Amino acid sequence: MTQKILPIVTVLIAVLILWYAAAVWLNAPQAEALMDPDQPHGLWALAQACWSMDRPVLPAPDQIASALIDSVFGFPLSSPRNLLLQAGYTAATTVIGLIFGLIFGILLAIGIVHVRTLDRSVMPWVIASQTIPILAIAPMLVVALGSMGVTGLTPKAAIVAYLTFFPVTVGMVKGFRTPDPLQLDLMHTYSAGEMTVFAKLRWPAGMAFLFPSLKVAVALAVTGAIVAEMPTGAQVGLGARLLAGSYYGQTMMMWSALVMASLLALAGLLAVTLLERGVVLMRGGRL
Amino acid sequence: MDAPERLAELSHRSALAGAAVVADNLSIRFGQGETATAALSDISLTIGQGDFVSLIGPSGCGKTTLLRAIADLVQPTSGLLRVNGMTPEAARLARAYGYVFQAPALLPWRSVARNVTLPLEIIGMGRAERQAEAKRNLDLVGLGDFAGKFPWQLSGGMQQRVSIARALSFKPSLLLMDEPFGALDEITRDGLNLHLHELWARTGLTAVFVTHSIPEAVFLSTHIVVMSRRPGRVVEVIESTLPRARRLEDRETPEFLALSKRVRTALHDGHGHA
Ligand SMILES: Nc1ncnc2c1ncn2[C@@H]1O[C@H](COP(=O)(O)OP(=O)(O)O)[C@@H](O)[C@H]1O
Ligand SMILES: [Mg+2]
Repeated sequence: MTQKILPIVTVLIAVLILWYAAAVWLNAPQAEALMDPDQPHGLWALAQACWSMDRPVLPAPDQIASALIDSVFGFPLSSPRNLLLQAGYTAATTVIGLIFGLIFGILLAIGIVHVRTLDRSVMPWVIASQTIPILAIAPMLVVALGSMGVTGLTPKAAIVAYLTFFPVTVGMVKGFRTPDPLQLDLMHTYSAGEMTVFAKLRWPAGMAFLFPSLKVAVALAVTGAIVAEMPTGAQVGLGARLLAGSYYGQTMMMWSALVMASLLALAGLLAVTLLERGVVLMRGGRL
Repeated sequence: MDAPERLAELSHRSALAGAAVVADNLSIRFGQGETATAALSDISLTIGQGDFVSLIGPSGCGKTTLLRAIADLVQPTSGLLRVNGMTPEAARLARAYGYVFQAPALLPWRSVARNVTLPLEIIGMGRAERQAEAKRNLDLVGLGDFAGKFPWQLSGGMQQRVSIARALSFKPSLLLMDEPFGALDEITRDGLNLHLHELWARTGLTAVFVTHSIPEAVFLSTHIVVMSRRPGRVVEVIESTLPRARRLEDRETPEFLALSKRVRTALHDGHGHA
C-alpha cells in the first residue's frame, strides 16, 4: 500500500510547491502594486500577499479549496450559486448525451459488422464526422438550435452524443469482429442464427473493447458538455460558470468550476471502472 | 442413372445398412478457374453406425475438408453425401452430430459448465435441465469437479476434453473430431485416447476421427481410411483385426504392429499416387 501511495504523494507535494511558487511569480506585480510602498516588506510578506489576493491571476491551492467548499456549502442547494447544483446540470447533460452516444455507437457498430454495404458506405463517414471540429463550433450550434426552438438539455446532450459515439463505434466494430472463424464455425454447427451469434459470441467478445472505449467517451463527454454550456445565453452548468468567471475576472470562480469538472470526469471514470470490475468478477477474473 | 434416382438408391442403401455417413463420388474444389484447388476427388466411402473411423493421410490431403463437408461447414462441388440418410444440412438442423475442432475453441468468458451448456442454451433448453445435462457430460469426460473453473485455469488436454463434453450436448449419434489431440504431448495424448476409446465403447457413438498419427489411428479405430496426397482420394479402407475393447498395452502386440505396417504401406502407396 505504502509503495503505491508514496509516489503519488511525492508528486502531489511537488505539484503543490510548484503551484505556490507559480502563484507568487504570476501574482507578484499586482500584489506589489497593492502593498504600501512606504512600508518596507520582505519576500515572505510579498508571498503571503500573493496567496491571499481577492482576484489573483493564479489563486493558491488553498484559496481554490476554500472557494470550492464555500460554493458548495455556502449556498442552499436550490441556489444557482451553488456549484454542486451547476455540476448536477453538467452531469445530467453528460450522462444523457453519453447514453445516446453509446446506444447510437453500438447500433452503428452492429450495422457495420453485419451489413457489408454499411461497412463500405458508413465507416468513412463515421471517421469523417470527427474531422469536424465540433468543440469549436459547439457554442454556435447551440445558439443555432436555440433559434430553431431546440433549447435546454437537448442540444447540449446532442453535442455530447456526437462526440462520444465515435470511440464507441470504432471500439465495438473491432470487438464484434474478434470471434475467430473456429468459434463462428462452432456456432454454425449449432445452426445458430445471426441474432444468436451476436448474443452468445460477438457481444460478450466485444465487452473487452467496450470499457476502454467508454473511458475515452466519458472524458470526451464531460468536455463536450462544458463547451456546450458556454455560449452566451446559457445559464446553467459548469461551462456557464467557467465563462462567467472568466468574463468578470473571477479567477477563483473559474478555478472552482474547473476543479469541479475534473471531479465529475473522475467520478465518471470511477463508475466505468467499477462496472468493468463487476463484469470481470462475473467472468472469473478476466475480461 | 440420373441424380434423383441415384439419391433414392443411396438413401435406401444407407438406411438398409444403417450407415452413418455415405459419400459417393464426392469431390470438393475451392475457388474458381485457374486458381481452383481440388481438395477432394471422387471420395466414395460408407461409415456404419457405431464404427470408429479414422481418416489418416498427409497434411493437406483434405481430411479436414471431408469432416467439414459431413458437418455442412463446406459444400460439395459434386457427388453425393448423406449423413444418417439425410443431407448434411438436414443432419445439422436435426442436431445429428457433435464437432470437436482442432483447437478447443472454448469461450473464455464462460465457465467450464457454461461452455458445455452453450449449445443447449442456444436451443432454448431450461436452465436446470441443461445444467444436469452438462454435469453428466463433464462426468463422462472425467471433469465433473471442474465445472466452476474457467478455460484458462485448465491444461490444454483438459480444455479439449471440455470441448468433447460440449460436443456431446445434443446427444448426437455421430461425433466428428478433427485432430483433437494433435497439439498435446505424447503422455497426455495416450490418456485421452484411452478415455475416448472408453467413451465410444460405452456410448455406442459413431466416431469420425482425423489424425496423422498411425498408432493413434490403429489404437482407436474399427476402420482406418487412408487418404492420398492432394487431391485427396481414398487409397484403402483398412478394417481393424483388433478386438473391440482396447488397452494401451496392446500397442506392443504383433497384431497391432502388423496393422500399423499395413497403414504405413498404404500411406506410402498414396504418396506415390500423385
Ligand atoms: N476454405 C478454403 N479455401 C481454399 N482452400 C482451402 C480451404 N480449406 C482447405 N483448402 C485447401 O484444401 C486442401 C485440403 O485442406 P485440408 O482439408 O485442411 O487438409 P488436411 O486437413 O488433410 O490437412 C489444402 O490444399 C487446403 O489449402
Ligand atoms: Mg486438417
